[in-house]
Amino acid sequence: MSYTEKELKKELEGKSYEFGFVTNIDSEKAPVGLNEDIIKFISSKKKEPDWLLEYRLNSFRIWSEMTPPQWAHVEYDEPDFQSICYYSAPKQKKQLESLDQVDPELLKTMEKLGISMEEQKRLTGVAVDFVMDSVSVATSFKDKLAELGIIFCSFSEAVQHHPELVKKYMGSVVPASDNYYSALNSAVFTDGSFCYIPKGVRCPMELSTYFRINEAGTGQFERTLVIADESSYVSYLEGCTAPQRDENQLHAAVVELIALDQAEIKYSTVQNWYPGDENGKGGVFNFVTKRGICGYRSKISWTQVETGSAVTWKYPSCILKGDYSVGEFYSVALTNNYQQADTGTKMIHVGRNTKSTIISKGISAGNSQNSYRGLVKIGKGAKNARNFSQCDSLLMTDQCGAHTFPYIECENPSAMVEHEATTSKIGEDQLFYCMQRGIPEEKAISLIVNGYAKEVLNKLPMEFAVEAQKLLEISLEGSVG
Amino acid sequence: METVLKIENLHCKVQDQQILKGLNLEIKKGEVHAIMGPNGSGKSTLSSVLAGKEDYEITEGKILYQNEEISELSPEERSWKGMFLAFQYPIEIPGVSNINFLRTALNEKNKALGKDQISAKDFLKMVSEKSALVGLDNKLKNRSVNEGFSGGEKKRNEIFQMAMLEPTLSILDETDSGLDIDALKIVSNGVNTLKSKDNATIVITHYQRLLDYIVPDFVHVLYDGKIVKSGDKTLALELEERGYDWLKLETTI
Repeated sequence: MSYTEKELKKELEGKSYEFGFVTNIDSEKAPVGLNEDIIKFISSKKKEPDWLLEYRLNSFRIWSEMTPPQWAHVEYDEPDFQSICYYSAPKQKKQLESLDQVDPELLKTMEKLGISMEEQKRLTGVAVDFVMDSVSVATSFKDKLAELGIIFCSFSEAVQHHPELVKKYMGSVVPASDNYYSALNSAVFTDGSFCYIPKGVRCPMELSTYFRINEAGTGQFERTLVIADESSYVSYLEGCTAPQRDENQLHAAVVELIALDQAEIKYSTVQNWYPGDENGKGGVFNFVTKRGICGYRSKISWTQVETGSAVTWKYPSCILKGDYSVGEFYSVALTNNYQQADTGTKMIHVGRNTKSTIISKGISAGNSQNSYRGLVKIGKGAKNARNFSQCDSLLMTDQCGAHTFPYIECENPSAMVEHEATTSKIGEDQLFYCMQRGIPEEKAISLIVNGYAKEVLNKLPMEFAVEAQKLLEISLEGSVG
Repeated sequence: METVLKIENLHCKVQDQQILKGLNLEIKKGEVHAIMGPNGSGKSTLSSVLAGKEDYEITEGKILYQNEEISELSPEERSWKGMFLAFQYPIEIPGVSNINFLRTALNEKNKALGKDQISAKDFLKMVSEKSALVGLDNKLKNRSVNEGFSGGEKKRNEIFQMAMLEPTLSILDETDSGLDIDALKIVSNGVNTLKSKDNATIVITHYQRLLDYIVPDFVHVLYDGKIVKSGDKTLALELEERGYDWLKLETTI
């Protein structure tokens, strides 16, 4: 008859992963394992210039000397890096010009994801660069963008056609030596997305990439490099899904953003990698390094909605180097069952009058653990730097955990740093109130959770906001109905 | 007149404590019933159990709403059938606008009843009509549900929601608590305007004061989980004068 917390708990446990299907496409795989030969194999497969092979090998040497980070509030069995296949390309040799040339199986996959590219093209004007298992298979709207001088292509293409830009900026924000996973990525990355917006150009559409892990036992190591030249603007969307797999899959990406003077980059992510089943079996390890650097009066804004992955380790950050530059981080992280997330941001204030805003909303359900970890660092020269941080946690059950680890390092006395944090439990009273007004339990939960996350969802581009809302609903929905 | 609600020998437990111990009540369309009683007599339990709140276990007896036993129905099903509870302490829902909340509620109800969704135009028209009834400030409609509302605003908002949902049976749980005399008049006026021959109202209150404005057809005194005395509106005046002690005495004999 009425709704109890036990039932809520049961529902949250029962929700299965909606995107768990496998596409049967022959792929060309490298032998499993990691050594210099594998790296040479990847590099030659991709017909890379010598400097890039050198970069990879150097990164590999750095990585070999490092140990995985232990400080995050997550527990997992370390992946066996020698049993991973580091290169898996869908068998499609030719460069594609239109969707007709794309394998129908692949198109079906996209449809199941609800991102029919045809429809997206027509209705939303989103140019999608679809990355499946490391190699970009279809890029649309390229011509229209090219007219404005915007380069939006796969990372491999950029290496071939714009080596000077890649060489100049790759590793300039996230050096290979930054951390264990960035070093690994720098050694073995297979593809990713590249974007360059020329001086003074305002990119007329949202640029979008869907990442997807398909092949069993493959890790995905993609790199994204976005360069916004002086006084330009771009909004970039990244969506991720992974089919259901039993073994844990590794995802270690590197994203670098460069906002030159007076430029603005808005980077939005919706992540729903496979989180594992309700017993915590399987799921993706998501160890990602994302960082941007701001020039004079420029702005970088990270917005993320994270509902997936068994383990998430991710801190999209901003280096506020230029005077008057602005960094923003808006995040909703939802964990259910046995998911673990340790996510947050770093705002490094270097320039004068720099400003940063952090809004983090954690939602924990089931037996999951959800941590916010953030660093606000005000350097010696960062006169009049300002930061505002707000970290809220919402608990859905008694078994889950929410943790907040804010770090503040301030070396300039003129700085102003504010931090607010709240933790609340979803109220039975709230649910009863909604239900008394005729709103069924599941709808009520989604209404309350969406209300809670609204501040962040509002920052997403329209078409993404709808998807994100749906995703939150799906992730919390029970087997009821 | 047609019976809206019939409660027979209702026994109800909350966390192993017996609160209602054989309550009987019958309400017909067009009637206003006031339920009064001292603290801890079971007034709020009655409203919660009627609305279907969890943790309220019916151990004996029946609740017949429009001739249907509703004890096993969920709160939302009861709501769709036209039951409305104005909360003593309205709940805040941050980030969900009042308007969005009501639209969701109305659409869920329409969906459940197999009706079409209300159009944006009709909805907004309805909102402006109904909010005028309780003089609800325009800006409150777009604010998050009850968040940062004053006590009086929250109660007005309850009556506004009641007006929007057009219930057959309304239960006002201590709607007068925390209201100053002006707000009390406005809220009462709203309730009186909504009163018709096709609906019924239960007014739960501590004080006779509210009943000066919402005039009841019947007054019942709830004590120790049972209705120990019923009468017309003069009973409320008598209670105001003499308190509850004489009734307690009467029932123990």
